[in-house]
Amino acid sequence: MSNLQSQDYIRISASTLTPPSVRNHEQEVAKLIDVSRCIGCKACQAACMEWNNLRAEVGRFEGSYDNPLDLDPSTWTLMRFTEWDNDQGNLEWLIRKDGCMHCEDPGCLKSCPAPGAIVQYANGIVDFISENCIGCGYCVKGCPFNIPRVSPVDHKSYKCTLCSDRVGVGLEPACVKACPTGAIMFGSKTDMTNWAGERVVDLKSRGFENAGLYDPPGVGGTHVMYVLHHADRPSLYAGLPANPQISVFVQAWKGVLKPLALAGIAVTAAAGFLHWVVWGSNEVEDRDEKEAAELIRAEGGPK
Amino acid sequence: MSYPRGTFIRNTAAARVNHWITAACFVLLMISGLSMFHPMLFFLSAVFGGGQWMRAAHPWIGCILLVSYAGLIVQFWRDNLPSRDDVEWMKAIGAILTNDEEHIPEVARFNTGQKFVFWSMALLVPALFFTGLVIWDAYFEHFTPIETQRAAALIHSMAAAIAIMIWIVHVYAAIWVRGSVRAMTRGYVTPGWAWRHHRKWLRQLAATGSRGPTPQTGGDRPA
Repeated sequence: MSNLQSQDYIRISASTLTPPSVRNHEQEVAKLIDVSRCIGCKACQAACMEWNNLRAEVGRFEGSYDNPLDLDPSTWTLMRFTEWDNDQGNLEWLIRKDGCMHCEDPGCLKSCPAPGAIVQYANGIVDFISENCIGCGYCVKGCPFNIPRVSPVDHKSYKCTLCSDRVGVGLEPACVKACPTGAIMFGSKTDMTNWAGERVVDLKSRGFENAGLYDPPGVGGTHVMYVLHHADRPSLYAGLPANPQISVFVQAWKGVLKPLALAGIAVTAAAGFLHWVVWGSNEVEDRDEKEAAELIRAEGGPK
Repeated sequence: MSYPRGTFIRNTAAARVNHWITAACFVLLMISGLSMFHPMLFFLSAVFGGGQWMRAAHPWIGCILLVSYAGLIVQFWRDNLPSRDDVEWMKAIGAILTNDEEHIPEVARFNTGQKFVFWSMALLVPALFFTGLVIWDAYFEHFTPIETQRAAALIHSMAAAIAIMIWIVHVYAAIWVRGSVRAMTRGYVTPGWAWRHHRKWLRQLAATGSRGPTPQTGGDRPA
């Protein structure tokens, strides 16, 4: 996306400064995807393409309802279909709309080395500012959900923007607008959490005793949440991680190592300079030349 | 060869060219690497014409460095082999740091500090190369699992930080020990320099009538 609403940034990638924070009335938003009400029509996918003007290359049928098979730079949301034989031996068709979860603590933003290439707005939306993106793919390493895709054409990373441009002017995301069953809802995070609570009660009353809300605390919660009929086993839904977290490798790389490495380099340089100040340079003296000349003469004269 | 009369050849022209290719690559890699490493140093990417160019150039420069450093290994490994002298040298580290020449043992072509720089880089350069390949997303994104890539990014940064610290030691030692820079630019040292800093090497050269950088084997002068 482009650089919208810069006064609403609460986090900016590769920045050590406090973002402009005078506007603080923003409400946190959330998209709630009620998997139990999804019919797999892919209207959300089509709406996403239409609003964001994305046209992925037409692929081939691969024997799966998943189309295309994976997220790509021009597929920011994707229906993932899972056929699951449940414990009663019945087939359950689990359909999950995959895409950016808009983490409260975004691993992509933490990993990004380009200042302002990834931002988080006060409303919780995590957005890629393409003009600042350098195409390194660190966001891919930071993401616990395997979402960002770097385009081999323009070397920029892309993912769902939660329609930050629409939300910024008071509209709901395109996928929400298009959903015919109300499986995708959008509103304040509080409202969505409350609404999910009602849905969970309803699902439990209909025999889905493990129904629940997916708002994983390992990433500080997300601004895209799922209502799952089997919230105890999120991985059933095309590998949705049960407890997503920013990898310890990424945490060390982007956390303790940064100040430690710079300090190490600075101390080494300072030690060199202080050595120079205290002990000075080591210069060849006339005596050395005389001794050397004697040695060479003793060994058979100058060459 | 235009070496002044009466000097010794410390580094051959091939070694010097090889060294400076390596040095240029290292400096460019350090600038681009640091700009990706810490937000406060991102401005360094301007040296490459912006972040995209910096990101694209960094791994290719790394490839050149690997080949170039392999050349240095071929040319210098023999004189960098550890010897008993290294123990003596390390015992005298206090005298060395304080320029107390009377109490520094005689050194052959390379002292222990130089050997340390050589072998650390011989380890770090391949480590940086292979971890770098893993995180070179433009070509190798799909070759390794994501957790491997995360670990590689961490190891790559740690190895790079260590390499930069060793590089600082290397550069400072060249400034500290006067005459060393010329030994790598023009390639020669005075007999007095050789006497003061690498007396064993000088004895070997003088004994075999070699002008350097290595003693003549099978020369006409008896050792």
